Amino acid sequence: MSTIPDDLSYTKEHEWVAGLEDGRTVTVGITAYAAEQLGDVVYVEVHSEVGATVAAGDAVGEVESTKSVSDIFAPVGGEVVEINTAVVDNPSLVNSDPYGEGWLFRVRVEEEPDDLLSAAEYTALTSGES
Amino acid sequence: MSRSTPLRGVHESLGATLTDFAGWQMPLRYGSESAEHNAVRTAAGLFDLSHMGEIFVVGAQAGEALDHALVGHLSVLAPGRARYTMIVNETGGILDDLIVYRLDEDQYMVVANASNYALVARELADRARGYDARVTDRSDEYALVAVQGPRGAAILAALTDADLDDLKYYAIVPGVVAGTPALIARTGYTGEDGFELFVLNEHAVPLWNALAEAGGDAGLVPAGLSARDTLRLEAGMPLYGNELSAAITPFDAGLGRVVRFDKPGDFVGKAALERAAENGTKRRLVGLVARGRRVPRHGYSVTREGAVVGEVTSGAPSQSLGRPIAMAYVDEAALEKGGLAVDIRGSQEPVDVVDLPFYRRSK
Repeated sequence: MSTIPDDLSYTKEHEWVAGLEDGRTVTVGITAYAAEQLGDVVYVEVHSEVGATVAAGDAVGEVESTKSVSDIFAPVGGEVVEINTAVVDNPSLVNSDPYGEGWLFRVRVEEEPDDLLSAAEYTALTSGES
Repeated sequence: MSRSTPLRGVHESLGATLTDFAGWQMPLRYGSESAEHNAVRTAAGLFDLSHMGEIFVVGAQAGEALDHALVGHLSVLAPGRARYTMIVNETGGILDDLIVYRLDEDQYMVVANASNYALVARELADRARGYDARVTDRSDEYALVAVQGPRGAAILAALTDADLDDLKYYAIVPGVVAGTPALIARTGYTGEDGFELFVLNEHAVPLWNALAEAGGDAGLVPAGLSARDTLRLEAGMPLYGNELSAAITPFDAGLGRVVRFDKPGDFVGKAALERAAENGTKRRLVGLVARGRRVPRHGYSVTREGAVVGEVTSGAPSQSLGRPIAMAYVDEAALEKGGLAVDIRGSQEPVDVVDLPFYRRSK
């Protein structure tokens, strides 16, 4: 059973968003559930550059595992302010620490969609899928 | 309705991620598939392959019946030896790739892929008509457990009286493993030394547990289909449904050597295969190594200067090479010119053509 921290927001695409309630910049990653489904992550790319403006729902990168490849979406709209180069260099961080060192990028929020999920809602979503 | 092997409970208790494969619930991985892959390369891995089919062909003319039914020359196979071969249709298209074991003078075991063994059993029964040979599909009775990797022989030797030193690559001997009667074959699909143990279903769990216990200290780990796929890909071994299909002849796949035109008599597909051998092929199965880190995958196009010149059949990140690898059918003309790429979701990623296999174990 994968962990789903209470204090994060989530998307249906199995990403987490941290820091929404604190202010203007959020951190984004993929959930432990998604990392387990993917298997060993071997490649992470965020192709939107720092300074670029993205809209919520835009495909901004991809995560590859042994078996599959998945798009990374921007869960919120705004300016990309930081990309985690450590995870690009060492993609296995997504598996070993998905909510910590395995974070993917940070966005200065300009647009917050109303369909982000709470931890309880995300738990319900993943228990329905597994 | 998905089928389960006798080892499903064991896989679940080990926390395996199960996946549907050819209608079977099979372990995809137990933990990290990369760790499982590396364990097989450096120590040993334990595989459940009970979804494979075991078809017995028995009778005074069993060898002749197989000579007629398959592309290989099985009647000259020595008892106790095995051969990689194929069954094709009348137009030379591959229906399955097989390992045929000659168990004794008048008894053969044909091991077929999970997705194909029902068809193979029907075809063999059809093609054996008129020969003194009886075809029996015993896939439902047999489990198959494989121990693969450089430490496999030592682990297995501790559990059996069979003389493994005498058991050559592509040989088979009946024996007892951990109190269980087994057919012990020195075959595999990983590019490593290893063994495949055919046992009746009721013996699968005790055999698995005995091997897991005996091998734990040596680094043996359970390994799933994900590791099996990357291991066989590195070893340049084709997978039915990816590299092989009914639309492809053994010559297309670069495996024309398995077709034995020199054997006596006719065999199913012979005329078509003679034409295929004579005409040559426009496309060839090659190995590709990506220069970047994005992975070419099954179905992606191989391109040259923007034009499609081939198709990827299998691709994965390679643990042993540290780069993505793939097998692909590519037009001969494009291979001569070079400068190939794979279209990875719209971007042309450069690849280099290499000889297969990607990985060869040191002896």
